[in-house]
Amino acid sequence: MRPHTRRVRAIVRKELSEYRRNTNIIYAIAILPLIFLIQPLVQVFALPTSASVPLRHEHVLLYMLAIPVLVPVTLGAYSIVGERLQGTLEPVLGTPIRRDELLLGKALAAFLPSVCVAYSVFAVFVAAVELFARPGVASALIQGPELLAQLLFTPLLAAWSIWVGIAVSARSSDPRNAAQVSLLMSLPTVAVTTLVAFNVIPATLGVALGLGTALLFLVGLGWRVASAIFDRERLITSTT
Amino acid sequence: MLEETSAVADRKRNAPAISVRGLGKRFGDRVAFDDVSFDVGYGEVFGFLGPNGAGKTTTVRTLGTLLAPSSGSAEVAGLPLKPENGVEIRRRIAIMPESPGLYLRLSVGENLRCFADLYEVPDPSGRIDRVLRAVNLVGRVRDACGTLSKGLRQRVALARALLSDPEVLFLDEPTAGLDPAAARDVHDLIDGLRQGGTTIFLTTHRLEEAERLCDRVAILSTTLRTIGRPSDLRDQQFERALMIKIVEPLPDPDSVFSGLPAVDGWHQDGLAGYVLAVSDGAIAAPSVARALVDAGADVLSISPSRHSLEDVYLTLIDEDHEADPR
Repeated sequence: MRPHTRRVRAIVRKELSEYRRNTNIIYAIAILPLIFLIQPLVQVFALPTSASVPLRHEHVLLYMLAIPVLVPVTLGAYSIVGERLQGTLEPVLGTPIRRDELLLGKALAAFLPSVCVAYSVFAVFVAAVELFARPGVASALIQGPELLAQLLFTPLLAAWSIWVGIAVSARSSDPRNAAQVSLLMSLPTVAVTTLVAFNVIPATLGVALGLGTALLFLVGLGWRVASAIFDRERLITSTT
Repeated sequence: MLEETSAVADRKRNAPAISVRGLGKRFGDRVAFDDVSFDVGYGEVFGFLGPNGAGKTTTVRTLGTLLAPSSGSAEVAGLPLKPENGVEIRRRIAIMPESPGLYLRLSVGENLRCFADLYEVPDPSGRIDRVLRAVNLVGRVRDACGTLSKGLRQRVALARALLSDPEVLFLDEPTAGLDPAAARDVHDLIDGLRQGGTTIFLTTHRLEEAERLCDRVAILSTTLRTIGRPSDLRDQQFERALMIKIVEPLPDPDSVFSGLPAVDGWHQDGLAGYVLAVSDGAIAAPSVARALVDAGADVLSISPSRHSLEDVYLTLIDEDHEADPR
């Protein structure tokens, strides 16, 4: 059965309104990208022009793919257990909404700010490098295929990370525990992007297509697994 | 839309709003409630009473399709209580849980808008205006729910439950934790809904609330202990009696009371008081008055005994405690 658009949209709008007014979530979304932005920029600005030759053989920009993996973890991990602790889950489940619609709404709400933040941070990074890094360093660092990889892999990684967070949240009784477990479960994805960035895994078109296909499959699987894990009865009656 | 309205009207003519047969719910070895059967008619306010842990909230959650029953069957708003009917049943009913469960960072209007969309309410803005008027909260639409008192939050929760114009409204302890003034406000709102013909399933600890608001009540203590109109339950549980107060005790009460019409027996109540078991107070009272005057007694009062729903409840629950002292 197809998800009902109006119900999904209601959850997305509600979640986004709540994020805006939850300072903990705003800090969680903002701090991590800042760390990922400032530290590499300082390093890049300090590089001499001679560093451009070795840089051409690395894919340092891909390291920024950790942002769409790590930022949505907090949002996903809070999504179910947070509602449960607020006592708002029961009224929502008492409406005609189906669990796949509820989870899709929550995932989309986490997806939008995560992808916006990841793209924005990347854009700021690229602009700052173009404007302030030594010319040779900038051209060595910013390469077409990496920009494309960033554009394509950011939403896939964010979506996967969100489903991990939601699945953990549906089984958890504490938002902090849920965030920690989700973060732990997302680390393998960060490890893969880091290994590609530092050329341990060769960054070829074949690898990119393989990883992209695997991620697409995982995102679809994530929705199904999260829906299966979401046990309405346990969430309403269990106190732990 | 017109078709749907006539379908609803048809349902209301031909079937009860809720029909429960042998329903039960277990959590592992623990029985929440068992073998519960009752009907609730459309337009009726049905009270569901019982001590803590009796299974009231679990019953509401089960009938509201939030929990799957372990045994028995039920029909809610014209649909069998089955997993495949969950969405449609939830479309026809509304549940107001004990805790209001509002998004405290969002305004009253934002909370209601979200639920109006979840219920797919046509013309959500107009409907939100109407329910806010119904609960006297029009001026608070922009206030964050976190800034409202508990009583006002309860009103917002009631407004939320009314958004979809439900065929059956489940109210789970709607006045729990409210001060008397806020509880009275909620009573007035429920009274207003009742006069408007809304079917209400009300669980409560407050027996005076049930007595005031409900057409019929059921008392649950894991199993259903009794069901009926409050006045019928009082009559079933307690024999009818006349309470007599006179100035001086009678020297031979038996000779005064025995043989009087509709008087089945008597016992002394205090120094100069008597309780007469009667089959019909209206027949017994005049003859009792005459007999007392003939016996030279100075009569202070003759009144029918007044048992409240609370007396019925406590008697039934005490019986349970005696049968199963845990």
